[in-house]
Amino acid sequence: MSDHFVLFLSLLYFFVLWLFIPKITEPRNLANLSSNMWPLLTLVIGQMFVLIVGGIDLSQTSIMAVTSVLGAMVMSGRLDPVLFEKNPLWGVILSENGGALGGSIWALPVGILVMLLTGALIGLLNGLSVAKLKMPPFMVTLVSMFFFSGLAIYLTRSENIMYLPRGFVALGRGAVGSFCVALVLALLAWFVLSRMVLGRWLYAAGMNIRTALVSGVPTSGVIVLAYVFSGFCAAAGSILYSARLEMGRPTLGDNLLLDIIGAAVIGGISLYGGKGKVIWAVYGVLFFTILANSLNRMNLDFYTVQIVKGCVILIAALLDVTRMRLLAVSRLPKGGA
Amino acid sequence: MTRPILRFEHVGKSFFGVPALQDVSLCLEHGELLGIVGENGAGKSTLMNILGGVIQPDRGQMWIEGKPYRPSDPSEAKRTGIAFIHQELNLFTNLSILDNMFIDGFPRLASTPLINRRKAKDMTRRFLEAVALDVPVNTIVEHLAPGERQLVEIARALSQDARTIIFDEPTTSLTARESDRLFKIIGRLRQEQRTILYVSHNLGDVLQLSDSIAVLRDGCLVETRRASEYTTDKMITQMVGRDISQLYPPHHSRATTETALEVKGLTQRGIVRNITFSLCKGEVLGVFGLMGSGRSELARILFGIDPCQHGTISRRGHLRKAVSPRRSIDDRIAFVTENRREEGLLMEASVQDNMALVSLRQYARGGQLIERGRVTSSVSQIADSLKIKAERISTQVAKNLSGGNQQKVVIGKWLLTEPEVLILDEPTRGIDVGAKYEIYCIIRDLAAAGTAILCISSELEELIGICDKILVMSNGEIQGTFAREEFDEERILQLAFKGHKTHGHVG
Repeated sequence: MSDHFVLFLSLLYFFVLWLFIPKITEPRNLANLSSNMWPLLTLVIGQMFVLIVGGIDLSQTSIMAVTSVLGAMVMSGRLDPVLFEKNPLWGVILSENGGALGGSIWALPVGILVMLLTGALIGLLNGLSVAKLKMPPFMVTLVSMFFFSGLAIYLTRSENIMYLPRGFVALGRGAVGSFCVALVLALLAWFVLSRMVLGRWLYAAGMNIRTALVSGVPTSGVIVLAYVFSGFCAAAGSILYSARLEMGRPTLGDNLLLDIIGAAVIGGISLYGGKGKVIWAVYGVLFFTILANSLNRMNLDFYTVQIVKGCVILIAALLDVTRMRLLAVSRLPKGGA
Repeated sequence: MTRPILRFEHVGKSFFGVPALQDVSLCLEHGELLGIVGENGAGKSTLMNILGGVIQPDRGQMWIEGKPYRPSDPSEAKRTGIAFIHQELNLFTNLSILDNMFIDGFPRLASTPLINRRKAKDMTRRFLEAVALDVPVNTIVEHLAPGERQLVEIARALSQDARTIIFDEPTTSLTARESDRLFKIIGRLRQEQRTILYVSHNLGDVLQLSDSIAVLRDGCLVETRRASEYTTDKMITQMVGRDISQLYPPHHSRATTETALEVKGLTQRGIVRNITFSLCKGEVLGVFGLMGSGRSELARILFGIDPCQHGTISRRGHLRKAVSPRRSIDDRIAFVTENRREEGLLMEASVQDNMALVSLRQYARGGQLIERGRVTSSVSQIADSLKIKAERISTQVAKNLSGGNQQKVVIGKWLLTEPEVLILDEPTRGIDVGAKYEIYCIIRDLAAAGTAILCISSELEELIGICDKILVMSNGEIQGTFAREEFDEERILQLAFKGHKTHGHVG
């Protein structure tokens, strides 16, 4: 399969759609498509690192929720006492004047920093559990998914935190802010994967961890780093989504996990580890965004959309498995012991 | 009176356009024992895998009892009455003997899905008796010695009433006594008019057991004759296609007296005990031992993959502490592991990426930013000097190379680190004769350039061909050391078997 197969597939699909729904090429819809693409891409790029080392990060969406809440608790400029009086942090860092730094000029930079650091820290916990305690990635990140989404709800008593600084909200308006963030992360990821020794180590650890270990690759460190980056990207995504919604939301990213893994798998990033490129992630996200957009255009309800998305991802995963099986067959012994 | 039970006609098989087996025609009679010999890669396993339904031939036909036979999978072969006793035994070590016997079909109570335990027990007991294995039927297979496990496999073959039994390298993991017991049982199977195909590297055994012998070379059948017409030397000449004297490059010792690696009192419970030796620059030191003797484990400890409780390893007079593969690499030690697929290569990665993996940091600015031009030129230089045959080293994926070329890639990736100590574990396993010769030459040239080489092998002949000195291991201990002028195949083998006790039944 060529590198650009999924791009052609996306364009073909878009063209066919255009025949049936000409409105899809309207500037408003294109702008909509583009502003949906970039936040998802930031998440998929992080997920890709974990997939490359042969893991999976199910906790990305709950990292989004918890960082969204924490960021807002730093930045919010006003909180309604009726809603927040029972909050465990009321009177500690929350008050009628908002979050910890509500109103201060430091609110924005500190808020963003707190979000990114929290994301990276949760990634670190995931990574250490996988690499040092040798726990299965699925289990580790499933547990953190529940734990941190629970934490996000506990911290806010299910209330959204509004009144975020104007500078923060501006990040979410249109596609420019999210495009810049996604571009920076994509370039960084591309540079690491294709130009740095670390990149080779990531692939090596994912392809065959024993070979990597014997070859002197610091496998534990490499795996931990992948999860840290995934958490960091989730936090970056959280910034974009929170800014767009203009709130710290304890259920942010609730239905996004399928989209993240789906876009990665459709792009060709293998669930078996060792395979993945930034450009594949971009194409996967492109296809997935067009798909979601077209389903919305068809006025399908939420559940039908989920069913169709699920089927498409299933097909992509099936392709991945089939490819692995073909490889396995070609590995039969060529005679001899 | 004889009649053919099994016939191969012009059977052939290719992998990726490379023929593994070409135009093989054979004929076996009821109760005949056919020995099949050949170098690694000669096509023995391919032929047996075709018969056992593991792979399907591209060309040719097979006949069983006059009926065309073309199994699409191993279970079809089994139903046709063919049992395949693999080199790596196919038992579930976590289950009991009884469970293993009936794993693909327990006797049932009438037509219910309930297992008829008593019947299963009785049958198992009967078949274990037939192979003279006196252990309780509910013994967990894990607790059995390799020889006993093999007997369980044979018992399973008998329970399926296999008329044709394939033995693929049955004695590799057996002690001499276990082998004798196996041969007695094979004798009994022949009396019952079962047909046996016996694949082995041990030519003496083959000569002693077989009615007739087929010699394979490079995927072709060289000849099939009565065993009485063969001698070991004749088999070797046919297998190799040239004289034995040409198997190994001429030996000139370049060993110096300068110590490169010193090992003292290395002990890890149940693995190795009190290992002491020193390795000099330019020396080729062989380590010989049977499976389970601790030979590979020793190498893994030296390189820092496995832990070690007591003892010291020093390099150039410096004690090495807290060894890890990374440290060992920094200490200029290289380790070509026993198993290419599992620990040597990234099968999905290109030749170049594989070769560059260990030494990447040397070719990176600031230890991280790869200078791709320098990597490519160094890699291609080594690839050329090792005569690695790949279309383009930057795109060809390791898994598409032949075994010999794969092994050269593994060696090449370590040569890029310019090692002073090179540990090789089974460096020629599963590669053809020509590639073996090339690898022996590489080892010789490296030694001549001053590299200290520790070569572990289960093929004694190979060590005798290339080493300056041989350590013999058994039961985790060094049993003896032989300098080149004292090499004596028989004495070395005796030491290797020493203390190789037959295990008890209790776990």
